[in-house]
Amino acid sequence: MTAGHGTLGRARGDAGSGRHVRPEPVPRPGRKPVANQRWFTPWLLVAPAAIWLAVFNVWPSINTVVLAFTNAKPIGGGHFTGPANFRRALNDDQLADALLNSVVFMLVCLPLLTFLPLLLAVLVEKRLPGITFFRTAFYTPVIASAVVVAVIWGWLLNEQGMINGIARQLKIIQEPLPFLTDRWLLLFSAISLTVWKGLGYYMIIYLSALGNVRRELHEAAAVDGAGPVRRFFAITVPGVRNTMLLISVLISVSALRTFTELYVLSKGTGGPGGRDMSVVMLIQMYSRGFTGHLGYASALSILLFVLTIGPMLLLLRLNRKEA
Amino acid sequence: MKPGERVLRYVLLLLVLVISIGPFLWQLSTSLKSMREDIYTLTPRFIPEHPTFENYVKVAETIPVWAYAGNSLVVAVIVVGGNAIGATLAGFALARLRFRGGKLLLGAFLATLVLPGEVTIISQYVTIRSLGLADTLLGVALPGAIGMLNVLLMRTAFAAIPREMDEAAIVDGANAWQRLVRIGLPNVRGMLSVIVIFAFIGAWDDFLWPLIVLNDPDKFTLTVGLQYLNGTFSANPRLIAAGTMIAFIPIVIVFAVLQRFFFRGVEEGAIKG
Repeated sequence: MTAGHGTLGRARGDAGSGRHVRPEPVPRPGRKPVANQRWFTPWLLVAPAAIWLAVFNVWPSINTVVLAFTNAKPIGGGHFTGPANFRRALNDDQLADALLNSVVFMLVCLPLLTFLPLLLAVLVEKRLPGITFFRTAFYTPVIASAVVVAVIWGWLLNEQGMINGIARQLKIIQEPLPFLTDRWLLLFSAISLTVWKGLGYYMIIYLSALGNVRRELHEAAAVDGAGPVRRFFAITVPGVRNTMLLISVLISVSALRTFTELYVLSKGTGGPGGRDMSVVMLIQMYSRGFTGHLGYASALSILLFVLTIGPMLLLLRLNRKEA
Repeated sequence: MKPGERVLRYVLLLLVLVISIGPFLWQLSTSLKSMREDIYTLTPRFIPEHPTFENYVKVAETIPVWAYAGNSLVVAVIVVGGNAIGATLAGFALARLRFRGGKLLLGAFLATLVLPGEVTIISQYVTIRSLGLADTLLGVALPGAIGMLNVLLMRTAFAAIPREMDEAAIVDGANAWQRLVRIGLPNVRGMLSVIVIFAFIGAWDDFLWPLIVLNDPDKFTLTVGLQYLNGTFSANPRLIAAGTMIAFIPIVIVFAVLQRFFFRGVEEGAIKG
């Protein structure tokens, strides 16, 4: 869903906030009656999806590699330039900043989004009256567009916004903090809203994993006098260990893919001196206008692919193992 | 559960409730505040002094927000329809019919999963442009109209139907189409509704792709239009708040109406657990 949030290779329009496939083996009993099926019937049924696969997945993948070795512009260009784009990337200060931003994103998001949603899931696990309402409400930030969320937080974090207002009322600060115009504060604001938006998403994943943690273990531990905190660390956490690993990989990938939060909070500028860009923001920036450079944007796309392929393959493996 | 624990749980639930939906309510409140009310004061009121809908009227005078909502709806309808039909047909064929190349095709669908959408977004744009669809709503909707993940999810759902049902139908002489309609579809309604919900939300909320494809401000979708309004430094926060609510409320309604399918889908494993 998010968008942006931990998605496993989601193409746009792929049902939202990243569900993962759990391919199940088709049971095959020994003998089957033969269907009266014309040879082309299966092809007729898969044709639309196969066309989409070819035109919007396979071809763009090939073309990205081709474009990365050209000087293609939004208007004109398109000559072979060898590894020039990659050489340019090596000396691109803005790209270095973007990669640093991704690392910071990852380091802050990983602990917060691996643990807080688990606590939330434990909180909403018990079927108390009204619990469906609370679950749905906690999930609301996930279904909202990242643009909507970032516009709202932009208003809250503004120098005249509510957060500065409350902090000044409580005399925590004298002067308003420049949450949206300082290089690091802006990055941390984007991170905060990513965490806020991600809580419900990972909560739901944990919630369905908690269903598999055996209830007897909790009961036995309670009989033995283990308190809730003890049981959380001794039973719940080990019980969802695989899910925790899966979620931390999802978070790492989504830190690399971040775009909308930074774009909207900085009103498209990328912050002071454009230092609050992400890799995807750079790709978008080079896709447009007279200063655009589709070749360079494609080289950056390949870099993004190289950075995400490891975690992505790990995700596929984890999914298969859990199936 | 002891009464003490019950109270503690509700206190915590309410606290998280405030954190998770408070910002939306604050924005709603701002959107209903009249021009006479000071929204920059250090002690802003949560309940508007003179609640009014004038901001919703005025935002439409600043940007064509209702046309943008229409554009978003057009895109979402194409994406939902394309996925419901395309993913169902392909998922059924891959799960229930045996044909040469089927395995290979399945592998190709699976392979796309390691590719984040952002990686191919530039050449995706080049493709759309060479199809003559740059700066059109069709160009926004088309690439996502059949999601590879959705094909695989529908395949998983069809694969879970017991073989014997198929075999009985084959003995009775049912062809592939009849088996899809009579046996397949009734058994995959859960997964299909999850796909429809997420296709709608995904299309309605998407930002990066329409931002790349669209240039003409008349064709903007709501998210792009909202960012456009938000980026105008002089814009009135009350109007921006009204615009945000116009983008937000429809998705909340869709989700609220369909959430029981969603949470059932969670239990069935459609959302990874």
